[in-house]
Amino acid sequence: MLNAHLSPGPLPSKMQLTADRRLKHFLTVEGLPPLLLEEILDRAEQFVTVPNKQQKKAPLLRGKTVMNLFFENSTRTRVTFEIAAQRLGADVINLDIRTSSASKGETLLDTVRNLEAMNADMFVVRHEHAGAAHFIARYCAPHIAVLNAGDGRHAHPTQAMLDMFTIRQKKGSFQPLKVAIVGDVLHSRVARSQIHALTTLATGEVRVVAPKTLVPAGIEKMGVNVFHNMEEGIADADVVIMLRLQRERMQTALLPSEREFFKLYGLTEERLQLAKPDAIVMHPGPINRGVEIDSRVADGLQSVILEQVTNGIAVRMAVMSMIMGPQAGGAA
Amino acid sequence: MSLLIRNARVLNPATGLDGLRNVLLDNGRISALAEASADFHTDKEINATGLWVFPGGVDLSAWLREPGLDHKATLRSETLAAAASGLTTLCYQPEPGANFDSAAQVKLIDEISRRAGYANVAVLGNLTQGMKGEQLSNMGSLKRAGCVAVTNGWQPFHSLQTLRRAMEYAATHELTVFVYPLEHALAAGGYMHEGEVSTRVGIPAIPSAAETVAVAQTLALASHTGAKVHFCRLSARLSVKLIRQAKESGLDITADVAAHQLFLTEMDVSDFNPLCHVMPPLRSARDQDALREGLADGTIDAICSDHQPHELDAKLAPFQQTAPGISGLETLLPLTLRLVEDGVLDLQAALRKITSNPAKIIGSDAGQISVGAPADLVLFDPDALWDLDISTMRSAGKNTPFAGWNFNGAVKHTLLAGKTVFSS
Repeated sequence: MLNAHLSPGPLPSKMQLTADRRLKHFLTVEGLPPLLLEEILDRAEQFVTVPNKQQKKAPLLRGKTVMNLFFENSTRTRVTFEIAAQRLGADVINLDIRTSSASKGETLLDTVRNLEAMNADMFVVRHEHAGAAHFIARYCAPHIAVLNAGDGRHAHPTQAMLDMFTIRQKKGSFQPLKVAIVGDVLHSRVARSQIHALTTLATGEVRVVAPKTLVPAGIEKMGVNVFHNMEEGIADADVVIMLRLQRERMQTALLPSEREFFKLYGLTEERLQLAKPDAIVMHPGPINRGVEIDSRVADGLQSVILEQVTNGIAVRMAVMSMIMGPQAGGAA
Repeated sequence: MSLLIRNARVLNPATGLDGLRNVLLDNGRISALAEASADFHTDKEINATGLWVFPGGVDLSAWLREPGLDHKATLRSETLAAAASGLTTLCYQPEPGANFDSAAQVKLIDEISRRAGYANVAVLGNLTQGMKGEQLSNMGSLKRAGCVAVTNGWQPFHSLQTLRRAMEYAATHELTVFVYPLEHALAAGGYMHEGEVSTRVGIPAIPSAAETVAVAQTLALASHTGAKVHFCRLSARLSVKLIRQAKESGLDITADVAAHQLFLTEMDVSDFNPLCHVMPPLRSARDQDALREGLADGTIDAICSDHQPHELDAKLAPFQQTAPGISGLETLLPLTLRLVEDGVLDLQAALRKITSNPAKIIGSDAGQISVGAPADLVLFDPDALWDLDISTMRSAGKNTPFAGWNFNGAVKHTLLAGKTVFSS
């Protein structure tokens, strides 16, 4: 027991696959084979809601209990996970941990053990610290699957996959694309997961565009080109992904002001013209209008921001059913 | 009571002696060192044929936790672990919750560790009261009570002026100042080395500059005040370069490195392994190369364990929420000897880094095999092979990333002041 607890765990990328290379947990996009990412996207196609048409019932998770463990605030992500699980016929329990046990000093491990005892089958975890979902996957009972809904600055794999889904829907193939990710890459788990997904899917060029204060050390090693100038960074881009800029970045001397950031890196209609004429504009939300993106662009014809949200449900259904459904890699 | 160690390969790193000798111990000290043919009349003898004898290790940093943090470890548990690992002198590394402002506290540590009887415990006293970095500690009294040096540990100073004054006052009492180079403003909120891996895993990071800025500042103050400064736990390439240059310019300084820094890098954190959460953080392979070079050319004088035993729960959390530190007593000697296998140091030089050099830094006459020196000795079987197994570790802290590593050579007996304190 002691040895087991203190031995280093397997790499997250290894841990999330079964011996026959199917998805057991979904902790990070990093290290997953391209075919598996494509399988997620293909499966998500089947779950996409067609307007004016009744959602096809797909009770693949009937009898399963999905627990949403949110140690950090989130509305959209939590709700889309909830809808996805319900559409698959699972029982969903939402736990806002900030207001319950964690604030009473219970350790993460104790919280997990207690929820296990309540017959959970899947934990959807959001946590402020990198590696939290990995930690839970390492220590929870073997029949439980863990789905990372965002851990610190590390990863947000379902967000990245819904973005890939949206890109594929609009652009078809990844190989010829230039994708620019703009803004606060330093603090962004979304950007990291997007980069892994885009490079795994053999995207032509992945760029990150930000001032030096918002670009983490050595990010080129992840297979991206770094631009500090917005005009150069989005030139000829097929996809422009804007990241959310949080207010506290001004207080920690990372940026002088929202105004200057918008002036230099904000996505305006004029700037968007530097990208390909049919470029799409994406944002993981929630958006800060007038800080990283102009309203006319956010609400404009090239924006696919709301489609991303809709696709989020299909992609989360796909991942959940791959982990927990019949012939899934996770618990049977 | 006298004891003869017969026919051992004696390694005395202080002088470079390497040969078959008989070593005679009397009243806790080495009383004679003679060719293996010489004979003595003694109460007892150990036939050490096939064994090496070298001085007991002197570890410049062991967080011994008692009193105050006894749930992690006790002086008894940790000095026993030291004896079993060939270490006979431990410097008690103070920390918030277990530090030494008064002579009475220093005497208490001395008493508890003497009663346990497994290893000498040398106390590093506070440089500022309560390690708060504001007011000077009673360094005169601490010195008289037996403190071997003074330090503020990893705690910040209120201002550089405080550090400057503290260095001057320590110099007044001929106390060496152990400095942990860290610019807190640059490290704040960080948990691992800033670089490729921290970017990948998304853990807030500490740049190398957090250390090198502090090294540069402290060097300037050492030069200005004339204080004797010992730099603790170097981790960054540029730090080694700065220390090397300062030594070349004649500054009277010394430096150490933690053993784990010589074998682990930032890559070992890429799976969020909390056992590799340490301070300073594990840095890049380039930094590690520079540390090894610094050891080889003498820029870095000593290797220490920086032993930090923890209870199990301290490491059972997501990386950032775990307590930093490795339980390192039991791997100091084996890792140091591995540097010989790796071709970084020759055997004598390697032993020097954990015996005579650290002894000199704390002004001790231990760490050598010469007539009159304390009979703190290790009898070592160079042919034994073993694996580090957590279940047989003696330290109360099982938090080591080296579990499962195999090592060549094992401690057979450890003698403290001529008395056997460990036998395998």
